[in-house]
Amino acid sequence: METQQIIEQLNPIFIDVLDNESIQLTESTSAADIEEWDSLTNVQIIVAVEKHFKIRFTTAEIQKLNNVGDLCSLIKTKQGA
Amino acid sequence: MILKSFSGLKKNLKKDFAALKKIKLAVLADSASQLYVQALKGYGYEIGYNFDIYEADYDQIDRQIFDKTSTLYQSDPEYIVIHSSTQKLLSRFYKLSSQQKKSFCKEYISYVHELITAANASTKAKIIVFNFPEINDSVFGNFSNKTDSSFLYQLRKINVELMELAQENSGVFTNDISSLQNTFGNSFIIDQKIYINTDTVFSLDFLPYVAKNTTDIVASIAGKFKKCLILDLDNTTWGGIIGDDGIENIQIGSLGIGKAFTELQCWAKQLKERGIILAVCSKNEESIAKEPFEKHPDMVLRLTDIAVFVANWENKVNNIRHIQSVLNIGFDSMVFLDDNPFERNMVRSEIPELEVPELPEDPAEYLSYLRTLNLFETASFTEEDNQRTQQYQEEAKRISFQKSYTNEDDFLKSLDMISEVSPFNKFNMPRVAQLSQRSNQFNLRTVRYTEDTVQQLISSNEHFTFSFTLKDTFGDYGLISVVILQKRKAGELFIDTWLMSCRVLKRGMENFVLNQLVKCAKENGVEKLIGEYIPTSKNGMVKDHYKDLGFTEKNGQWELNVPGYKEKTVYIYPKLIAAQSI
Repeated sequence: METQQIIEQLNPIFIDVLDNESIQLTESTSAADIEEWDSLTNVQIIVAVEKHFKIRFTTAEIQKLNNVGDLCSLIKTKQGA
Repeated sequence: MILKSFSGLKKNLKKDFAALKKIKLAVLADSASQLYVQALKGYGYEIGYNFDIYEADYDQIDRQIFDKTSTLYQSDPEYIVIHSSTQKLLSRFYKLSSQQKKSFCKEYISYVHELITAANASTKAKIIVFNFPEINDSVFGNFSNKTDSSFLYQLRKINVELMELAQENSGVFTNDISSLQNTFGNSFIIDQKIYINTDTVFSLDFLPYVAKNTTDIVASIAGKFKKCLILDLDNTTWGGIIGDDGIENIQIGSLGIGKAFTELQCWAKQLKERGIILAVCSKNEESIAKEPFEKHPDMVLRLTDIAVFVANWENKVNNIRHIQSVLNIGFDSMVFLDDNPFERNMVRSEIPELEVPELPEDPAEYLSYLRTLNLFETASFTEEDNQRTQQYQEEAKRISFQKSYTNEDDFLKSLDMISEVSPFNKFNMPRVAQLSQRSNQFNLRTVRYTEDTVQQLISSNEHFTFSFTLKDTFGDYGLISVVILQKRKAGELFIDTWLMSCRVLKRGMENFVLNQLVKCAKENGVEKLIGEYIPTSKNGMVKDHYKDLGFTEKNGQWELNVPGYKEKTVYIYPKLIAAQSI
């Protein structure tokens, strides 16, 4: 799956979890850009992403994520595996 | 009700809570509690509560409880929810020496005792304590069951001791997470990733269940609980269709999948013994529907277990409304079990307050599913609760009997009512005091008497005391009305107390009582009865009591001229126990 396709699928997940309709993700979007995105909502996003893409992340992988682009690459790796 | 997901509950937080009943909670936890608090608040919205939640800072249980001036007490909660996690318990346990480990439970429970004592000294709040889902640390394997210095050994003991503690302290309740773990399994209740990253000890999927379980306890204490279970018959109470298959072929006991229905019936019977009223609502010929209850050897439920039995060809909505009117309890306190999705949906859409579980397709799964719903949470249990069915059965008979009369007087006459009229004595003293404590609605002045003060009245020269029982062809209500007359100046009696149980409204009982009062007044040369109504928030129903009985108003009180009194027509026959004179 291409990065853009993944972002398109991530966008509604972020909107749902963060309860913010105005979110428009790009590869460079990070927690600093969205007010509601904090450590507690981050785990909720992760759980929702895992469910959606039917994959599992390790705790270390999650901690290394810096922005949406990182998340997309990780999803790609997991799906390729 | 289908439980919403965590994100669904979270969305509720933005809704308008203004019109909902506000309940003040405080949540104290030794792990991250933000997500739990969100779930709790969101779940409250689902059932009509505006939880106003004080959330203590992380790991502040001791500080908040032991400090009398803490923000916890300043928040003035009605309920304090204490969540200690098994994870923290485990880390505390590991720091101990082998000898200390053996008394871990004892030490921990005495600590909880101290918490409760300290809290009780500063607040009247009810305390809800989480018990512990198990962590088998696999240090001893199965041998931990034989080893009192193992974590599992001490943990299980703590859970048992928490039950004893709750039993001893009426204001303490256990939030039984251990039982939820048993239902859902460890891999469901905790998400290690969330735990490691945020120190939240429950998974997102599990949080709604924890929130519901907490709310179940609060709701039952606040008076919202189920009182009645209505059962459909064919393929719900037994397998098969009685009208087609006949009594010998319905599946119950060892026939077919009868075991599933037998176990469901056993459960219903246990509920009945706990005080839940059972009713039947079935599309059937009544005589055919009743036959298994009377004759089938494997039926667990018998007709005596069923307070209201409705079997006919009318629609179920009307029949459930009928059951509700007989029992005179709210629809929101009733549960309806039916295997047929069409009937369920119809009933649900017509009576949305009614709880209608979405039974699984396979009857084998009915009971295990119903158990997970925790439909019958309660905040009290007394031995007398199991007599409730009989009282409602009597009431049901009265009501169906009343339907056959168009004329109220004819109906009342047919009841053959008898009332025993007696002054207070040592036998009726406890019930007189209880009724004086409990009656709020039909109570003219709401003066409360204890057994001690009732005792004083018995020997008083200044008072006439009256207690009234009532029984009819259907049953005995027991002692249901109390009057105390106080001698004031010559020729005048003041009605200090007049109260009556609401179960006997519309029987002409108040007319009967007045006849008796006047009779006593005449025998003692009294010319005036003086009544008074003191309004409270609950006794509006007797606002016009004296006016309706023919008293005239004078200076905010009510007077009745005794010599001019015309005896009222009643259909209650007196049985007099001793006349009184001063």
